[in-house]
Amino acid sequence: MFGAAEITRIVVSGILLVIGVFADVDDTITLAVFATSYIVVGYPVFIRFLKAIYYRQPFDENFLMTIASLGAFAIGEAPEGIAILLFYQVGELFEKYAVDRSRRSISSLTDLLPENVNLLKDGEVIISEPEDVCIGDLVLVRPGERIPLDGTVAEGSSMVDTSSITGESVPRRASVGDAVLSGCISTNGVLTVRVTSLYADSTASRIISMIEDAYGAKSKSENFVTKFARYYTPVVVLSAILLAIIPPLILSASFEVWIYRALTFLVISCPCALVISIPLAFFGGIGGASRMGILVKGGNYLEALAGVDTVMFDKTGTLTEGTFKVERIMPSGIAEEDLLKVAAHAEFHSNHPIAVSVREAYGKEIDGSAVGAVEEVAGKGVVAEVYGQEVLVGNESHLSEAGIVFERSGEFGTIIYVSIDGIYKGCLAISDRIRYDSVPAVSMLKDAGIKDVAMLTGDISTAGEHVAGSLGINMVYTDLLPQDKIRIVEQLLSEGRAVAFVGDGINDAPSLARSDVGIAMGAMGSDAAIEAADIVIMDDMPSKVPIAIKIAKKTRTISIENIVFAIGIKILFLALGALGYITLVEAVFADVGVAVIAIMNSVRTLRTSKLTSQLKALEPS
Amino acid sequence: MKYVYKLNNLCCASCAAKIEIAVNKIEGVVSAKVIFMTQRLTFEADEADSGRIEPMIEKAVKRIEPDVKLRRE
Repeated sequence: MFGAAEITRIVVSGILLVIGVFADVDDTITLAVFATSYIVVGYPVFIRFLKAIYYRQPFDENFLMTIASLGAFAIGEAPEGIAILLFYQVGELFEKYAVDRSRRSISSLTDLLPENVNLLKDGEVIISEPEDVCIGDLVLVRPGERIPLDGTVAEGSSMVDTSSITGESVPRRASVGDAVLSGCISTNGVLTVRVTSLYADSTASRIISMIEDAYGAKSKSENFVTKFARYYTPVVVLSAILLAIIPPLILSASFEVWIYRALTFLVISCPCALVISIPLAFFGGIGGASRMGILVKGGNYLEALAGVDTVMFDKTGTLTEGTFKVERIMPSGIAEEDLLKVAAHAEFHSNHPIAVSVREAYGKEIDGSAVGAVEEVAGKGVVAEVYGQEVLVGNESHLSEAGIVFERSGEFGTIIYVSIDGIYKGCLAISDRIRYDSVPAVSMLKDAGIKDVAMLTGDISTAGEHVAGSLGINMVYTDLLPQDKIRIVEQLLSEGRAVAFVGDGINDAPSLARSDVGIAMGAMGSDAAIEAADIVIMDDMPSKVPIAIKIAKKTRTISIENIVFAIGIKILFLALGALGYITLVEAVFADVGVAVIAIMNSVRTLRTSKLTSQLKALEPS
Repeated sequence: MKYVYKLNNLCCASCAAKIEIAVNKIEGVVSAKVIFMTQRLTFEADEADSGRIEPMIEKAVKRIEPDVKLRRE
């Protein structure tokens, strides 16, 4: 925390100052007491000042404080000269403490990887580095240890604490065959994990590099402050020199009065309050968000998110769980079992979640040799040759475009129609569960000041509007092909909206990149989506979107408060100083006090306990 | 090639900005960035130049903030 030596110096110097002011002794003795106090408190500043001169770069706050305090001594205001250095250093201690504390709380976020791995080779445990582990190797994770690399459980079972990766506080059970993520902690059992990704590609190391890179992408406010600081100090120092020389010459006033006023300028000329507190606010905002499982890739994105007025959601895998199930089979002139068999074979090669659900419903081995040429029509379905017959499996427009006569089903959910050799053979109703927090997510977005929430889906309008209606979403776009999504993003952008797009699939990547803020669902999402996104939600909860917006708005408010407050107070005190209404001590208070208040204000962005409890309230009991 | 250095004892945000400007001016350095909060300096440079660049960075950093210790990561 505070360095003991520094505190001792400040206290000793402070006591000497008080003695000097109140002791009724000879002037020379008083001066000696003041000089001692001055040197005790000031020598580190003087040393840095001299070093800076040696390196020919003397123009920093050590220079300003040294000149200001020496000037005060010279015009017979010794106690004020000491007070300048005292308060300046107290302020510095506070700054250091606040910055260190935030740094520590953020670096605990990136402390996700164990230094050593227990590699299993021929039944023996070899301690090795995570970088040296290959795909397919077995590693041993004991209770309390972090999982070093992504993999699947080969042996054992344990409750796994995923909180540092996903922000989810309830441990999850992992047993043989389950996928586990690096960075999670095995709490109570021994796991043998078969590694599925190299160190550099593992979730934990990707998160670490994302968080570290995030601080490099600076927000507009940060850039403004840096630029402001670059001109502010020289301008104020120059005005101080002019203030010391010109009025006495023109008004033939006393030099002492105007030098004193110029010294107040020097004291106020340090831009520290701004230069530290604004990056600190964004640092805290990004850190607070990542503690809740929301990775923000930079301060600029946090800033953009605060200005968003329209949030667009991709439906499948974002508002819904993206795990489909065949609910009903409605054959037409064919046995139920045969309809499913044909559909499953036609979807043999597809990785689309709907295709997967059809194969799962079929449940038997698929005879690959029965499947001939397959053509996938994006957003519509497949045309496949199965047992020598031409099979179409897909949505309404897929079949109607092929000129096939069929009856529309009134079922809710996604309806997949099947035809064999041009004749309609029935349909499958496939449903997808809405995530438990999707409904509150929409109302939280409205609370957070979002004007419109939109839902995009490839589903037909009845199904899409049914889902949107039950979620309370007012803008619905249905019957979309993948390429249509970006068209709608662009349309809303051209209306002058600030758009955030939330999605998960590969086909969402262009929309994620095009929108003002792209938000990807991390756990479900494809790598392409995570790459293209500006913000990644690690546990796929849609309610994290309004939480991220709240954090962004809070961060923006705090940084605006600090900019207005710090610049306002400085200008006020410069004016008062020029007119001679403030003393040097008051000027130091203004300088240091503003810095400390602004920093304390910034640190508030790290606090997320209120938001965490809001999320807790949503959980199903 | 991307280089990352840790700047220990970097405790002044405006010095961080000054260091960033100074390192960017060094010949052979492409896009340098100093992040005050993580105390890191990252920059791109040609591998052949790295031997020449490092002492120049060291000098620039010492000039702006003498207490900072530079360490390659």
